[in-house]
Amino acid sequence: METNEFIQNFAAQFDDTDASEFTLETRFRELDEWSSLNALAILNMIGKKYSVLLKPDEMKPIKTVKELFDLVQSKLS
Amino acid sequence: MNPFSLVGKTILVTGASSGIGRATAISCSQMGAVIILTGRNETRLSATYSMLDGHDHQQICADLTIQDDLDKLIEQIPKLDGIVSVAGTAKPLVLQQTDNEDVNEIMQINTFVPIHLTRLVLQHKKLNKGASLIYISSINGNNCAYIGSSIYAASKSALTGFMKGVALELAPRGIRANCINPGMIDTDLLISGSIGPDELEKDRLKYPLKRYGKPEEVAYAAVYLLSDATQWITGSSLLIDGGYTLQ
Repeated sequence: METNEFIQNFAAQFDDTDASEFTLETRFRELDEWSSLNALAILNMIGKKYSVLLKPDEMKPIKTVKELFDLVQSKLS
Repeated sequence: MNPFSLVGKTILVTGASSGIGRATAISCSQMGAVIILTGRNETRLSATYSMLDGHDHQQICADLTIQDDLDKLIEQIPKLDGIVSVAGTAKPLVLQQTDNEDVNEIMQINTFVPIHLTRLVLQHKKLNKGASLIYISSINGNNCAYIGSSIYAASKSALTGFMKGVALELAPRGIRANCINPGMIDTDLLISGSIGPDELEKDRLKYPLKRYGKPEEVAYAAVYLLSDATQWITGSSLLIDGGYTLQ
């Protein structure tokens, strides 16, 4: 799994935040537009692009893009 | 004579290998019906079969999205006094993550299968006069909507529209068609889904009666609509939602 591609896929789930603003350190829950709809869209994206089915409860403690990347990575290996 | 009895009636139940389908098959058998069970999972279908009261029941393992399976089912079934169309699918999916395959799968299982099944039983003259057709629809798409389920909502409201047309067309033969619109029901579909236990608990509390429904509570409604007690009920949607859509 490639980091930059993951960030791009992640950023694509947001409408108001510019894709260039996303990094591994982005604390996405603090974004103005963050809602449960983004959370579901991200879970769907991870399922589709990486064939990893995360449960919302696994997503809950995740704060940064990197933490999410690491979680998906751990499921892939 | 108990007006709610199903003695002497032969009822086809789809999606009978689990959840609402299994509960419906069991409840109908307890009320005296002969049940024709169909479902995709042979092991779980047999498990349902072994839970039925009475005798002369039949189990036919079939994936109704496959034309061959559907044709074979139609061939094998006797004349029916009722069908409870339960087989369905649900997955939380935001529209922008939805592709062709998702749309086709949901519409296929939730809408097209019940339509083709109904069409074929009619064309093959497998329905007795006075038969009762029941479609398990949903509050979702008919009475309310949820984030992440627009296609599901479309599939279920389409099913309701179909039911109304069927009710009108078959009324001259005394055949009735109705929907049941359940709210969230505690089934395997839910448990195996991508919803976490915390979310489920929070969601349960949104129901005025403070819980989800039980599969048998939908089954009892199906028994009611199959029975002679409801010979003047057609084209209706019976709401079973613990008060959810009151708010």
